[in-house]
Amino acid sequence: MYSRAYKAAISIPPLLWVCFFLLLPYALMFAHSFWLVRDGSLVHQWNLQNYRALFTNPLYFQVFLRTAGIAASVTLCSLLLGYPLAYYLSFHAGPRKELLYQLVVVPLWVSYLVRGYAWKTILGSDGVLNGFLQYLHITHEPVSFFLYSPFAVVLMLTHIYTPFVFLPIYAALEHIPRPLLEASQDLGANRRATFLRVILPLSVPGLLAGATFAFVLSLGDFLAPLLVGGPSATMIANIVQSLFGAAYDWPLGAAISVCILLITASLLFTTERLEKRWSFR
Amino acid sequence: MSAGAISPQHATSAATLLEIRSVAKSFGATQVLKNISLRIATGEFLTLLGESGSGKTTLLRLIAGFEQPTSGEIWMSNERLDTLPPYKRRVNTVFQIYALFPHLNVRENVAYGLRVKSTPKAEIASRVEEALRMVKMISFAAARPSTLSGGQQQRIALARALINRPQLLLLDEPLSALDANLRKQMQSELKALQREIGIAFLFVTHDQDEAMALSDRIALLRNGALEQIASPRDIYSRPATAYTAEFIGQTNLLRGEINDGVVRCGALQWKTSEVTGAALFSLRPEAIRLAGAGEDAAGVARFRGIIRQQLYSGASELLEIDCGGNQILRARIPATGPLTGAHEFVFSPAEAVRVTESPTPRGSRPADHEPR
Repeated sequence: MYSRAYKAAISIPPLLWVCFFLLLPYALMFAHSFWLVRDGSLVHQWNLQNYRALFTNPLYFQVFLRTAGIAASVTLCSLLLGYPLAYYLSFHAGPRKELLYQLVVVPLWVSYLVRGYAWKTILGSDGVLNGFLQYLHITHEPVSFFLYSPFAVVLMLTHIYTPFVFLPIYAALEHIPRPLLEASQDLGANRRATFLRVILPLSVPGLLAGATFAFVLSLGDFLAPLLVGGPSATMIANIVQSLFGAAYDWPLGAAISVCILLITASLLFTTERLEKRWSFR
Repeated sequence: MSAGAISPQHATSAATLLEIRSVAKSFGATQVLKNISLRIATGEFLTLLGESGSGKTTLLRLIAGFEQPTSGEIWMSNERLDTLPPYKRRVNTVFQIYALFPHLNVRENVAYGLRVKSTPKAEIASRVEEALRMVKMISFAAARPSTLSGGQQQRIALARALINRPQLLLLDEPLSALDANLRKQMQSELKALQREIGIAFLFVTHDQDEAMALSDRIALLRNGALEQIASPRDIYSRPATAYTAEFIGQTNLLRGEINDGVVRCGALQWKTSEVTGAALFSLRPEAIRLAGAGEDAAGVARFRGIIRQQLYSGASELLEIDCGGNQILRARIPATGPLTGAHEFVFSPAEAVRVTESPTPRGSRPADHEPR
C-alpha cells in the first residue's frame, strides 16, 4: 500500500522525538541515580548510596507521606466537587448544559501561574479573604494560616484539578443509555437506588480516570507549594527541585525521581486495569 | 386527588384492570395524544397499533410513568396511577432496545426488581430460576448481556419484567429489532406465555400482522386519537373508517352514490338498505371471486373487468382488475393458474362495508375507486 520510504518519512521524526526527549532523559536520570557527588562534582561511579539515603533518612519519607496526603486530599476534594457537578450537568441541567459545560472548562485556559498568584492575593494577610472577614467583623486581625499552609496547597490544587476530574466523569455519565434509568425505575428502584445500582457502577471508569489525573498530577506538583505552601507544605517535587538546583546533588534527586516514577507508573497500571474491569461496552 | 384514593363515581368493574380517562399529552405546542379513553381488562392482550408518530409509545410511557399526562387520569384497580412515580406502579415494561444493565450478568439483571425490594435471598434465587426457565434461558444465567443475541436479550428483558409479577406488562415494540423468522417465533412464544401466566399485556407495534396475530383487541391510533378499538376479526371485517380499512389489511375503497336502495360505483352496482346519498365502502380483495360457470345466484353483485396484473403468492394470487373508466379493483383468489383478458367477477354485497370518511386524509390519496 505505502512505500517503505513513505513509512520511514512518516515514522522517523516521532521516533526520534521519543528517543531524544523521552527515552534518553529517562536513561540519564536512571544512570544518575546510581552515581554520586564528591567534593562538589559528579563522579560516575556505580553505587546504591542514594537509595540507601532515601530509605534511611526519615526526612524524605516524611515529605513523601505529606505529598501523598496532600495529593489524596486534592483527589477527594476534586471528586466531591467534580462528581456532583458532572451528575447535575449530565442529568438535570437541561438546556443550560452547554453553557455550564463551557464555564467548567474555561479555567483550563487560564495559566497555572496566574491562578496560583490569584490564590496568593486571595489568601494573603492583607488579601481579599482576610479583608472580607474583617469587614464583616468575623475576625479582627488577619488570619495567617490561610496562606503558606498545606491547606492553601490543597485548595489551589483542588481548584486547578477539579475540571480534570469533572471531564472524564461527565463523559462517562453522558454515555449511560437513558433507557437504563427508566428500566431501573420501572423495576421498582427509586432515584437513590438507581444511582447506587446503575449510575455509580457505570461511571466507575470515569471516576477512576479523574481520580488518577488529580492524584498523579498533584503528586508531582512543585509550583503550588512554592507559591502558596510555605515550608510547612514542602512536597517531594520541591526536594527534587532543590537537589537539582541549589543543593547540587543530581544523583540523589535522580533517585527520588526514579522512585516517584515507579510509584506513578504502578498507579497508572493499576487504575488502567480497574477501568478495564469496570467498562462494559 | 391524592394517589391511591378511591373514587366511587368512577368505580371500575371487576374485569377492568386499567382505565385511561380522557388522557391528553402535549410536548410544548405539539399535541401528541388527544383525549384518549381506554379500558384494559384483566388478562387481556391489547395492542396499540399505529404509524410512527401516532402517539402509541407516548401512551405506553404515560402508563409506565416516564411521562406525565397534560390532562386526564389513569386508574389501575381503583388506584390512581398517573400521580405515582414509576417505581411505585405495579406495571413493568419491556423496552424496544431491551435496556439490560451492561454491568450485571443475566441472573443479576433478572433479579434486579426483587433486589431493590429487599426480597429474601432464597426467594430471589428460586424466582430467578423460575423466570429464566420460563423464557428458556436458564443456561445463560452467568452470561453478560453484551454476549447475547437480540432474541436472547429480548427473553431476558421479558424475564426481568415478569419476575416482579406485574398485573400489567407493557411492551414497547419488543420484536421490532429482530429478524423476520425470529420475530415470528417470538410472536408465538409471547402469545403462549401470555396465555400461560394470564396477566394483561399492553403491546405497542406498528406492524398490523403482528397486532392481528397476537391481540385480543386492537386499539388503532391515528395522529394521537383513537381511530377504532375492536377484536382483530371485527376490526378487519367491520372497519369503521376508511383509514382503518386501509391500515389493517388491503382493501378496495369504493366511493359511490346510493339511489333508491342501489349503490352505484363506476362499473359496480349492488342493492343496499342504506339511505340515499354519497357513501364510501370498503371491499376486501378476498371478497371478490371469479364468477363460476353458470353462477347466477340472486343477491350477488357482478361486474366484468380485464385482468391487468396477476401476482402469484403460493396459495393465493392477487389480481388487478381494470373495470374501465379508471376503476381498478384488487381481488385475492385461490391460486388458479394464469389468467388473461376479460372475466366476470362476483361479490356478496354484505362484504362491502360502509365506512366513514377519515377526518384528515393521510397524504395524497389516489383517485376515487382506485385501491390502495
